[in-house]
Amino acid sequence: MKILVIEDEPQLLQNIVVSMEKEKFLVETAIEFNQALDKIFNYDYDCILLDVMLPNGSGLDILKALKKEGKTENIIIISAKDSLDDKLTGLDLGADDYLTKPFHLAELTARVKAVIRRKNLQGNNNIILSNVALDINNRLCLVNDSLVHLNRKEFEILCYFALNINRLITKSALAEHVWGDHYDDADNFDFIYYQMKNLRKKLNESNAQISIEAVYGVGYKLILL
Amino acid sequence: MKLLNQSLKYLSIAILIIVALWSVVFYYSMLHEIKDAADEELENQKRLIIQNTLTDSIIIDKKHFDESLYTIQKVGTNEALAAKDQYFDTTILMQDDDDENPEWEPVRMLTSVFKVENNYYQLNIANPIIEQNDLVKALFWNIVALYLLLILSIILINNIILKKLWMPFYKFLEQLKSYKIENAKPLAISDSNITEFNDLQVAVDQMNQYNLNAYNRQKEFIENVSHELQTPIAIAINKLELLFEDGQLQNHQSEMLAETHKILLRLTKLNKSLLLLSKIDNRQHSELTQVSINKLVHEIKDELDDYISSKNLTINSLKDEPLFKKMDNAHATIMILNILKNAIIHNIENGVIEISIEKNQLIVANTGIPKSLDQDKIFNRFHKGNTSQSNTGLGLSIIKAIANLYALQISYQYRDGKHFFIIKF
Repeated sequence: MKILVIEDEPQLLQNIVVSMEKEKFLVETAIEFNQALDKIFNYDYDCILLDVMLPNGSGLDILKALKKEGKTENIIIISAKDSLDDKLTGLDLGADDYLTKPFHLAELTARVKAVIRRKNLQGNNNIILSNVALDINNRLCLVNDSLVHLNRKEFEILCYFALNINRLITKSALAEHVWGDHYDDADNFDFIYYQMKNLRKKLNESNAQISIEAVYGVGYKLILL
Repeated sequence: MKLLNQSLKYLSIAILIIVALWSVVFYYSMLHEIKDAADEELENQKRLIIQNTLTDSIIIDKKHFDESLYTIQKVGTNEALAAKDQYFDTTILMQDDDDENPEWEPVRMLTSVFKVENNYYQLNIANPIIEQNDLVKALFWNIVALYLLLILSIILINNIILKKLWMPFYKFLEQLKSYKIENAKPLAISDSNITEFNDLQVAVDQMNQYNLNAYNRQKEFIENVSHELQTPIAIAINKLELLFEDGQLQNHQSEMLAETHKILLRLTKLNKSLLLLSKIDNRQHSELTQVSINKLVHEIKDELDDYISSKNLTINSLKDEPLFKKMDNAHATIMILNILKNAIIHNIENGVIEISIEKNQLIVANTGIPKSLDQDKIFNRFHKGNTSQSNTGLGLSIIKAIANLYALQISYQYRDGKHFFIIKF
């Protein structure tokens, strides 16, 4: 899987590259408009992460150029602007997703994988983790082909982890992804603990060959047993 | 004291002094005129009497002032030669028509000496003049009347003309009184034909423009700062997360990094709240729609369910009367979210939240610390009622800012061990 990251902020770029490489993606970078155009039209990528504000041009113009050339790359816009207009314009111009800066790396990973899966799998949207199968479309969890009942939140947590195997998901990233923006008040993340406890219990009882481990009190990661 | 009354005060004092001085001058000049006239009369009489004595020697010796008011006496030559015509004020015993008995009345007296057939005679002619007391009295009352008339006219002039003249000023003042910089409404300048008022309005308007610019720059600055801080903070958080993933940390290192991570999250949240506040203050809102407060409260309450159950709180819906308000849906959501979150965060374990939606108000009450909060300060930015670490101290300010934007009234009460937050729609 080849990914192009177009981003002019070097430290942010580096973080994304390191994170993507951990997912075994082949990562290339562009730090300004012309370099980005050059790479896009000379190579094919499975996913392009596109910053809107670039030196020498706008990311939206890159989208326009792609559309004109009829190229149908998977594109995720990463923008500092949290404005609905920008989002709609971007999606209108053929972007597949829109992520507002700042974002959690786990969220970016999940979005990239989701976008790639959506294009490649065409309808059949299952994630297999050892003896656990997640049917995303029907929201079902099967362990050794038998159904395990998960509530809505438990299922979403598991999906999020499934897209970030062996990666740290911080509590705040988890709260934001599963519970929504309303839960950014990190007064305490007790509510995560309760759901995690139940989820782990259910996975354990059904002999799932996966486990969710706590990491330094800042978050969790899913490992395959 | 009002300008009108103040000017009246000074004018009446000034006029009092002027009138008093003038009346003294007037009195003396009147007196002078009266005496002049009397002297002229005496001079005439003198000529007549002397002529008469030349033709009628009977009257040559007349010792008493009677109805004709003169005396003639023979005097010695030496005395006569030394004498000159003399005018002076004196009194003689006389009976006026309003007197019962003769009284001493003031007169102007001429003493003169004339010669008839080698004999010298002294002539005293008296001419009654007005009593000075009477003059003073008459003058005084006239002056008082004049003074009162002047003051009355000034009051009238002040009230009718000056009030009209100052009208543009008072109108402008009213505008200034109700002026709020957040509303950023330009001052309506009324065209008056008085230069000073126009100058004042122009000067105030310029000052206002200047302040408005400074205020806007300030707001923009806060927004820009928050915006610019977002990315570096996010980068730092991401780097920490990558470091945690490496998994080769000692216990105490990971503890410190976890703390740092938490603080950075707090910083992000603080920054987001500031950004939100400046957006609200900058009146950035999309279209207004008729928002059902009931629906929003129930939706948000459901969304916060895990928060509520993690603290084992009980929520009681006391009243649920339909309540609608025309506002930006995002603002309504943030406001209700913050008021409910506030009730959760500052609640105690196993506490209670009471929600009451009435015809024109939303009341959220929660258990919490058992004492009243400082209601003058709780809506201020960064006011922290308790020592909660991760609390930004901006939640209530955000509610207040939105309330201000839609002219809603927000208030706080503490009673029966509960903290009541009331939004009046």
